[in-house]
Amino acid sequence: MECPLTKDLRPDGQPLSIGEYERAGGYQALRKTLRDVTPEKVQEEVKAAKLRGRGGAGFPTGEKWSFVPMGADAPRPKYIISNSDEMEPGAFKDRLLMEGNPHQLIEGLIIGAYAVQADFAYIFLRWEYLQSARRLTNAIKEAYESGYLGGNILGTGYSLEMRLHTSAGRYICGEETALLNALEGKRGVPRSKPPFPQISGLWGRPAVVNNAETLCNIPHIISKGAQWYRGLSRSEDGGTKIYGVSGQVRKPGAWELPMGTTIREILEEHGGGMREGYRLRGIIPGGASTDFLLEDNLDLQMDYESCQRSGSRLGTGTMIILDDRTCPVGLVLNLIKFFARESCGWCTPCREGLPWLALTLDAIEKGEGRQEDLDILASHCRLLGPGHTFCALAPGAVEPLQSALKYFREDFERHIKEKKCPWR
Amino acid sequence: MLSEEAKKEILTEIGQHEHREAACLEALKVVQKHQGWVSDEGIKDIASLLGMTSDELDAVATFYPFIFRRPVGRHVIYLCDTVSCWIMGYETMLAHLTKRLGITMGQTTPDGRFTLLPVSCIGACDYAPAMMIDQELHGNLTQEKIDSVLDQYQ
Repeated sequence: MECPLTKDLRPDGQPLSIGEYERAGGYQALRKTLRDVTPEKVQEEVKAAKLRGRGGAGFPTGEKWSFVPMGADAPRPKYIISNSDEMEPGAFKDRLLMEGNPHQLIEGLIIGAYAVQADFAYIFLRWEYLQSARRLTNAIKEAYESGYLGGNILGTGYSLEMRLHTSAGRYICGEETALLNALEGKRGVPRSKPPFPQISGLWGRPAVVNNAETLCNIPHIISKGAQWYRGLSRSEDGGTKIYGVSGQVRKPGAWELPMGTTIREILEEHGGGMREGYRLRGIIPGGASTDFLLEDNLDLQMDYESCQRSGSRLGTGTMIILDDRTCPVGLVLNLIKFFARESCGWCTPCREGLPWLALTLDAIEKGEGRQEDLDILASHCRLLGPGHTFCALAPGAVEPLQSALKYFREDFERHIKEKKCPWR
Repeated sequence: MLSEEAKKEILTEIGQHEHREAACLEALKVVQKHQGWVSDEGIKDIASLLGMTSDELDAVATFYPFIFRRPVGRHVIYLCDTVSCWIMGYETMLAHLTKRLGITMGQTTPDGRFTLLPVSCIGACDYAPAMMIDQELHGNLTQEKIDSVLDQYQ
């Protein structure tokens, strides 16, 4: 089993220096690209590789790039941004890649930049990833010193400046248009689309935003080709995926596995299974804003289509495990409180609706709920769903709630009937 | 008033951006680094360097949880309260911190040593329950571990 993204990570947790990265074959893909491959060909190869965005939405990466205006008449400067604002609850996969091998992300970002002929590249990093910030800062400096960044890269005539932007909190900044506002020095609230960022992104110029894990795949696709990359996967979508598990499991962590690995294999073989005395009750497969799956779904393949068919989403691929000693109502309340706090407040359904859901769930959890509250919760899942809000925050927030109402209904009802949380 | 050093650092930040206001978050961080928080006066001073109005800048400053518009203690404890940490014992850790420090979320100890703040998922779910103190991550928390960690911050 090949693990291109993580095979070179050092066992001691230290980052690869530029020398170590180069000795492992690093920056060869960039050299090859700048020397022999046209930007259009890079886009085609990435399309053929069937690489889909690893940040949660799963948009095909090559397609995303193809909407950037190209050629001599294209507006300039053009921008590319690594979305390294990993803030989805339960997700810590990009951290692993950035801390362990910062140059891999930088090389992927430079090749991505070349593919859309960008002039500036940003890494938009969440504040809390201070270790990643230190290592990326150093790696960017090393890349400049080695001539992989700056003017006339490797004598090829292509120029690119790269800068690290460390944010200061707020989940919504991971939404690509909110991220762009934040980079411009504004409040990080989402924008209306269209225009899409590829047309009018930063300061009215074209910008494309890709997730950090997505970009880490690029050098490998260029080095070994689309066909090899598709072969890494056990599904229709290409490549490997960094899957994660957290909750009451023996070995919480993240591992690079073929795209389409089953939940059972990830949870049992890599996560070590449930801890002694805990039984599995539910799985939130792709970070907080995805629908619950159940034990019956253990043999489900973790890829975009399979998760969708089972009524959930792959999301970030980092699963949160609900055990039998944790109250499902309490867990959903915790998630809704997170989303209510992180709502940017720009649109009414999200700003007002999420706190209302939190209050209702809090009442049920405290034993003060009424039977009709369950209908109120269900109707809000519809009212905060797709099409009613400015961005995907609230629709994502209600995904675990709507599925909890379906799968754990008797637990909600017990809270109401017994007038207390049975877990406390 | 901004110190000469802070002003110099802010101007360096501005110089790295084509659009001045893009440097505003970094400028806020510079002031916070020097003064511990960002006062109304700080907002006014930075805004004039950036060519923004105070209100425009304050709208940005108040958007971010890691920019402090009120004074904080010498050390800030951010206890992650999101799902994986919650499953793994957040409430026990909060009760312990509250008892040990004699303060609740959002408060500062009377000696000015610690401020306790809630924080959304810090991406340390594999080390849950976890917290940050200032710029350091502390994971796999237990009550005993919290006690020994706190002793490192005077």
